[in-house]
Amino acid sequence: MQLIGNTKIDFIGMRKITYIISSLIAIVGLIGIIQIARNDANMGIEFSGGTSVQLKFTQPFSLERVRNVLATNNLKEASLQEIKEGNKLLIKVGKTTLATGNVVDTIKEVLIKEFPENTFVAESSAEVGPSIGDKLKKDTLMAVAISMFGIIMYIAWRFDLKFGVGAIVATLHDVLAMIALFYIMDKEINLLFITAVLTIAGYSLTDTVVVFDRIRENINKNLDESMGALFNRSINEVLSRTVVTSLTTFLAAISLFLFGGEVIHDFALALVAGVVIATYSSIFIASPIVAELENRRKTVTVPQAAQLEI
Amino acid sequence: MPKSISWRISLILFFVLLSFFYLTPTLVTKPPSWLDGLLPKDKIHLGLDLQGGTHLVMEVDTQKAIEGTLDLIASDLEDSLNSRNIRFKQVARIGEDSVNLTFYDKESAESELQLIKQKFPEYELTPPVDEAGFVNILLRMDKKTVQDRKDKAVAQSLETIRNRIDQFGVSEPVIQREGINHIVVQLPGIKDPKRAIELIGKTARLDFRLVDENTSVPIAAPGTIPDDAEILMEKQSNSATGAVQEIPIVVKKKAIITGDLLTDAQVRIDSQFNQPYVAIDFNSTGSRLFDQVTAANVGKRFAIVLDGTVYSAPVIRERISGGSAQISGNFSEKEVADLAIVLRAGSLPAPVKIVQNVTVGPSIGQDSISKGLTAGGLGVAMVVVFMAVYYRLAGLVANFGMVLNILYLMGALAALGATLTLPGIAAIVLLIGMSVDSNVLIFERVKEEIRLGRSPRMSIDAGYDKAFLTIMDSHVTTLITAAVLFQFGTGPVKGFAVSLSLGIIINLFTSLVATRVIFDSAFRRVTVNKLSI
Repeated sequence: MQLIGNTKIDFIGMRKITYIISSLIAIVGLIGIIQIARNDANMGIEFSGGTSVQLKFTQPFSLERVRNVLATNNLKEASLQEIKEGNKLLIKVGKTTLATGNVVDTIKEVLIKEFPENTFVAESSAEVGPSIGDKLKKDTLMAVAISMFGIIMYIAWRFDLKFGVGAIVATLHDVLAMIALFYIMDKEINLLFITAVLTIAGYSLTDTVVVFDRIRENINKNLDESMGALFNRSINEVLSRTVVTSLTTFLAAISLFLFGGEVIHDFALALVAGVVIATYSSIFIASPIVAELENRRKTVTVPQAAQLEI
Repeated sequence: MPKSISWRISLILFFVLLSFFYLTPTLVTKPPSWLDGLLPKDKIHLGLDLQGGTHLVMEVDTQKAIEGTLDLIASDLEDSLNSRNIRFKQVARIGEDSVNLTFYDKESAESELQLIKQKFPEYELTPPVDEAGFVNILLRMDKKTVQDRKDKAVAQSLETIRNRIDQFGVSEPVIQREGINHIVVQLPGIKDPKRAIELIGKTARLDFRLVDENTSVPIAAPGTIPDDAEILMEKQSNSATGAVQEIPIVVKKKAIITGDLLTDAQVRIDSQFNQPYVAIDFNSTGSRLFDQVTAANVGKRFAIVLDGTVYSAPVIRERISGGSAQISGNFSEKEVADLAIVLRAGSLPAPVKIVQNVTVGPSIGQDSISKGLTAGGLGVAMVVVFMAVYYRLAGLVANFGMVLNILYLMGALAALGATLTLPGIAAIVLLIGMSVDSNVLIFERVKEEIRLGRSPRMSIDAGYDKAFLTIMDSHVTTLITAAVLFQFGTGPVKGFAVSLSLGIIINLFTSLVATRVIFDSAFRRVTVNKLSI
């Protein structure tokens, strides 16, 4: 069976459009990062510090009533999130507004008073001190930086610096696109999301490597063809395997997204989106950039030398 | 190469058997007794997010440990000066790392300096300084000693906490140090996390102090009580109503006997009032001290102080020389049991603060397991069907490789005694997709070779050879991120990284060796004219 036959798509020719689209996405992603740095995004409490508790009620409850009763008990800043299946409620309190006492216990107490007929159990709770969040943020930034650096060094060593640059840009693009997606959808930026981002960064590279491999092979074989044509031919040649490998991973990720349960729902969403983004970037971002760098070397070096003589 | 084929097949089978061997404790809950000692002990543990439990990060207030040590030195020096009738104005801890001694005259300061030097050789001493008619000596703990002391305080806290948890009875707890002053405690499957947290976090400093009978509380506003006394709260319960109230009581600051002189603490029930209490036994030093103090203070009251709260303040009716005493008060049975545990396990050298507390109920974990398994099963099914349809017989070979990959991974996780978390399950599901990727790369290469008109045998060989480097490159990049995640991640993220990196390494074997051996042995047995790919 053959999903994709002999295609002759001009990927490099489309680069102007894809550059514009990707720049826009990247700008949104950068805004997201700035907001994360300013703690203005929807941060998980492991980063921001605070308390979260997930309650499971026996009967449906009114979100408005919960909000009101918490507000009258000094917990105005609590953010509430209803989980559709099974009368569940996630309450997050950022920095404690209570003078004393345990936030989880206070929440439970006021809700027991407010809903005597609707009993609930606390399914999970988390309290994180601010010092932990700061340390985790530093560690996470470090982890992202080190893994990016490691990957780039590896690609630069296995291929050459131009491919390394293409790989960096494509990987950064993927990271920014995932942050942009979560920022726009107002999904929580937590440790699992960071894990997904790093996984996709690695995965994006595997996709890129597959394309780069063929380009390198064709460059070594053929020197007559123009760079653009050679890159196009290479991408078209491996298009089928790029799509199939992405498809298998996509199938596994979508299964997690649909059936994996609420705890990893967002994590799986990040993976699903990441697989698609990574495939796109390896074709439309990584390769055109390398092609352009290769072209520039050929065309630019001559006039530069001439200029120097004047 | 027939020889090499049988060798590879044996290797694959060996790994299969090895995986099942390591997986037995995980899969079989109660293995037959004749297998005892033959089977490995490690198995795949479920993470807290899957079986429920509590994850705590505690911060040890190490500065308090330093201050405690300095306070002890100050009171020791004070005692020694008093016993030799040397006149001095004050001995007190000042700042974070020093004890200051103030004398009235230079001679006694000079002579004391020599004695102190001998007694505390590891401390820095500043020579006597005249200041406004007084002479000061400063005893200072140097930076290195401070660090050592702090380090020891964390190590001791960890030991004490481990003791308490062991006595409390939690199966498979994790207690480890993290960073400079953090202790991580994981209590899987714990039913009453609140009680456990209180038990672990209690400093449990037990003192016996004399009650200051000369100062009555209502007048004792701040400033009117003597320097050597302080106001504490006493817990009292009304026997009729059962209501607990806190009554202020003035006690001496100095402890006569401290909790570290205990050898044992047991729960007993008072036969008369049917009230539980804690019976404590002192060691020989404690017994002697207790004997002396009770003999000297008959008719006075002494307060039993735990973490700054007075539990009871009985009158000493007679000299007590047996070396045992009892702490009674208004306790529930659970409280009394926990009190006995903390007294037996010893006090924490410094107060601890809980900086992170994640508690997962058991129901949500069960839910996560079943959903994770469903997602995994469906993921496998979709990939298997897709591969079989798209690559036909070759697809089945790739599917076989994937199943091997998962089996080996589970075996490896069991052998390492790894902890499976929900993100770990996600990593395995993701691997299902990624494990066939290598074979896709190979098969697409094979197809290209066929299109170039090569024979089936040559196409397969060329496909595997040419795809090898691509597969290596792609695996190494993923491995780099997995390694970083392992290094920096905690808890669930670490579980994800372990599953991912092991899976990727195993995948190199299953996709490059295990699937190829099937093609090779097929070529040996039958003449293949056309590949089903």
